[in-house]
Amino acid sequence: MAATQEEIVEGLAEIVNEIAGIPTEDVLLEKSFTDDLDVDSLSMVEVVVAAEERFDVKIPDDDVKNLKTVGDAADYILKHQG
Amino acid sequence: MTAKIKPTKGAPYARILGVGGYRPHRVVPNEEILKHIDSSDEWIRSRSGIATRHWAGPDETVATMSVEAGGKAIAAAGLTPEQIGGVVVATVSHFKQTPAVATEIAHRLGAGKPAAFDISAGCAGFGYGLTLAKGMVTDDTAEYVLVVGVERLSDLTDLEDRATAFLFGDGAGAVVVGPSEEPAMGPTVWGSEGDKSDTITQTLPWDVYRDEKAAEVRFPAITQEGQSVFRWAVYEMAKVAQQALDEAGVSPQDLDVFIPHQANMRIIDSMVKTLELPEHVTVARDVETTGNTSAASIPLAMERLLATGQAKSGDTALVIGFGAGLVYAATVVTLP
Repeated sequence: MAATQEEIVEGLAEIVNEIAGIPTEDVLLEKSFTDDLDVDSLSMVEVVVAAEERFDVKIPDDDVKNLKTVGDAADYILKHQG
Repeated sequence: MTAKIKPTKGAPYARILGVGGYRPHRVVPNEEILKHIDSSDEWIRSRSGIATRHWAGPDETVATMSVEAGGKAIAAAGLTPEQIGGVVVATVSHFKQTPAVATEIAHRLGAGKPAAFDISAGCAGFGYGLTLAKGMVTDDTAEYVLVVGVERLSDLTDLEDRATAFLFGDGAGAVVVGPSEEPAMGPTVWGSEGDKSDTITQTLPWDVYRDEKAAEVRFPAITQEGQSVFRWAVYEMAKVAQQALDEAGVSPQDLDVFIPHQANMRIIDSMVKTLELPEHVTVARDVETTGNTSAASIPLAMERLLATGQAKSGDTALVIGFGAGLVYAATVVTLP
């Protein structure tokens, strides 16, 4: 069954917590991965790969650069999940 | 009439008999790189794990560095240069299309008249050379083969590109491959993905200088798409590394050393995590003080691990090179 936006944000929070050590409660829709959550460009790749596995979605390299905020990523996954 | 051709009788197996390295004298700290780019020591270290790298001086050419490293490898193997029957040089920074630098290296070493040629396989060049050498030894086309990985990547570095200016270094690493009674080099898992050839590439081809406005053209440099390379290196190459272990019949528990191409500490750390290597495996992290030396990075890291006692002769090592092409090569070897 496809995940809801709330479940996706929850999942992204766990992933960001594991990769960048950011508390899950700080991972909110409007937060920028780079500016607010200390996720640099390489960690972002790790977040994306973990999200791909968790939500059964493909996020090509060309699309990664458009995912600036947690909300961007959640919307993308919501739209593309298998 | 089809004449009967005598079969070749090579050695039953091949092994690495000796390793040698050469690092240029000049050590370049991040502070020096910061004269050219808007960045910081902390940023460079956190993105790459690199603190210093060696850059070659005018007297430290691709040939001279290779002769130094090659001479040490031959001595470490307990051989003399005349016994070398093949010289395989992996490099992307020898600036003459022809002749191959391998012939000059063989000559300067005093190796007689060995088969000598260069190969272009980017950061996988050493693994490609190793695989050719193994074939030469077991096919009896050469008893002992010198494999050199050598680069002067400082010549191909865009000092004003803040994404790559700090990455590259210079140096040479070499091994001698010779006959063995026991298997000491596993099957090579290698290949190419030409659909990703733009991911790591030289900015301009040399023939741009035929144009009359050549003086206005910036010297070519190596450029890469960082995120794409990172994803491919960490996740796809971990699968290749695992396949090399499987094909060699070596379990992670039996592995002593992991020597990945020294591209970037973040790639190395993430590969180790993805591969779930056991704690006891020694991981080469030479990139911190050597930078990314492309084809030279694996033999240089191997030499340092052995010289510092972090690894010892007889240890089982997984080596994997990957880079521009994109190309890759992974195998399991017994350390000399």
